[in-house]
Amino acid sequence: MPLIEVILGGVILGGLYALVAIGFNLQFGMARIVNLAYGEFLMGAAFAAFFMYTLFSINPIVGMLLSVPVSFAANWLIYRVLMLPLVRRARTRDDLEGQTILATFGLLFVLRGAATLAFTADNRYYNYLGVPLNIFGFTFAANRVLACVLACIFGGASLMVLNRTRFGTALRALNIDPIGAELVGIDVRGMAGLAFAGGGALAAAAGTLVSTFLTFNPAIGIEFTMKALVVVIMGGIGNMAGCLTAGLLLGIAESLCSYYVDSGLTLAVAYALFLIVLVVRPRGLFGTP
Amino acid sequence: MAASAEDRRRRRTRTAAAIGALVALVAVLATVPLLTSDYQLSFMVNVMSYLVLTIAWALFSGTTRLVSLATSAFFGIGMYTVAMSIKILPLYASFALAIVVGAAVALVVGVLTLRLSGMFFVIFSFGLSEMIRELMVWWEINQTHTMGRYVYVPFDTTMIYEHLLGLAVVVFLVGWLLRRSRLGIALLVIGEDETVARQVGINVPFTKVAIFIVSAMFMTLTGALMAPRFSFINPNFAFNPLVSFVVVIMALLGGLQKLWAPVLGVIPLIILSERLQTQFPFWYSVLLGLVFMVIVYFLPRGVTGLLEDIWKALGRPLALPRGFTGPLLDAWAWLSRPIFLPRGLAGIIEERWLKIMPRANEKR
Repeated sequence: MPLIEVILGGVILGGLYALVAIGFNLQFGMARIVNLAYGEFLMGAAFAAFFMYTLFSINPIVGMLLSVPVSFAANWLIYRVLMLPLVRRARTRDDLEGQTILATFGLLFVLRGAATLAFTADNRYYNYLGVPLNIFGFTFAANRVLACVLACIFGGASLMVLNRTRFGTALRALNIDPIGAELVGIDVRGMAGLAFAGGGALAAAAGTLVSTFLTFNPAIGIEFTMKALVVVIMGGIGNMAGCLTAGLLLGIAESLCSYYVDSGLTLAVAYALFLIVLVVRPRGLFGTP
Repeated sequence: MAASAEDRRRRRTRTAAAIGALVALVAVLATVPLLTSDYQLSFMVNVMSYLVLTIAWALFSGTTRLVSLATSAFFGIGMYTVAMSIKILPLYASFALAIVVGAAVALVVGVLTLRLSGMFFVIFSFGLSEMIRELMVWWEINQTHTMGRYVYVPFDTTMIYEHLLGLAVVVFLVGWLLRRSRLGIALLVIGEDETVARQVGINVPFTKVAIFIVSAMFMTLTGALMAPRFSFINPNFAFNPLVSFVVVIMALLGGLQKLWAPVLGVIPLIILSERLQTQFPFWYSVLLGLVFMVIVYFLPRGVTGLLEDIWKALGRPLALPRGFTGPLLDAWAWLSRPIFLPRGLAGIIEERWLKIMPRANEKR
């Protein structure tokens, strides 16, 4: 039964998309910033893992210990230095969204250009755990399975933090009502900075996982940003469980499409799903009308 | 409307003078191909094409305040439609076909996304160009088995330039008429406050979609006209995301308050990007991104906003309550102050740092 294998492959891919989207949702839902440069951190982490593995033969999973905190700090600084002036200047939420879209659009080109300069535009890959793994009679590449498992662990940990801790409750309050959150004594800007940085950290984790089983170059960031945007809209802004479901849905749809039609149409699948959701359920899969 | 007769006459003479000056300007621009070298002409073609794209962008995004990142999608649709149909259709028919295709795509995208929140539109426009490029690559490889197409038509750079100039005149005219029409005023209301617009009975989705289609048609036609300039076109070349980016920069640099404002952004940026591309080809994307961020942060109202501020400052009476000696005395007093660093250089650094990262319990 190839169909089940295709769907399971889609689930593995979907786990990764869910992780990417949860990070994006932290930035978009909690910090209220549409970060079009999000995927560039994913790409940066992929290159970091590549160079650590090929030059110093550091295991990519161990390498995350370096790339994730670095991305956290970098995103925190970006929020503090680049985004806060816009937050202060914005009059309304729409205004802020427009301004941050423009600023991060510029940042996207800066980071991508810098990466092309530093790493050249070549396609890169490295062989890590490229061995077949037999699960319930189906064969998968071990690196993909590992990526999915780790994505689930990271995503689950973020969900636990958000839903089970005081800190997470404060973050969710930001998503629901920033003014109300300020009134009950939440340091809105400080928390938003941490949410933004946390999103960046998840992007780095996802980038490392992506690098273990996909070919990558400095231009891949934008594609992941787009998919994250689509998943977040489908799942609902600020809704992490929705993100998970929508991510899995996207992974399965993509996997089916690449099996039956063509593997080059991944973005078209994402946007087709997006359109269907827009038409059928404009408030997202789990939104209340 | 209680405008006096003299007021009306003055306005009429001013309009006549403006129209006369514009006609003269267009006439001068139309003779450019006769006077210039090939390089200068190709520079002017660049200017004209970006001028049309930027004004068309501002028609939609300047009034509705929705940042559209789909310019390259429509530009590419125009270019690639011409490339695909040029072998079977006459030139002008393929231009017409391009406009129809562009308008149809704009209609579908507009109806699906503009009804809902503005955010959805922005997200969709961000990916539209990439998606169409992907679909075209797939179509060409699997269905037609031709990756890339040749466009050889008797339509040289001079012709392209004259057509683009005509298109620029039309886009200006449309923009000018729009500001005086019900549709344009409805757009201004929507840009200011959508809830108010709905309350006063404006059909918000229809208005947005209509102007989006108009703007997209201009972008598509620009792409179609530019197609004969490049003899070989493939999807990756036609759907270049940089076009969207550059157009947004140009419009923001110029400013969105006035119809002619984008002109002030187009020319400096084209000169700048030619320079960058020849002198620092590898740094192009980085530097352009930095320029863009500088504009977003420091020139939020564009060059026109800056000019307006300067004009206002010049129009203000000079305020010198203590005469000319006052400022001089102040400057002298400031200069003769002792240098004062009670906490040393480390103190300055600490102050800066506290601005970036205030302590949690301190009031900001």
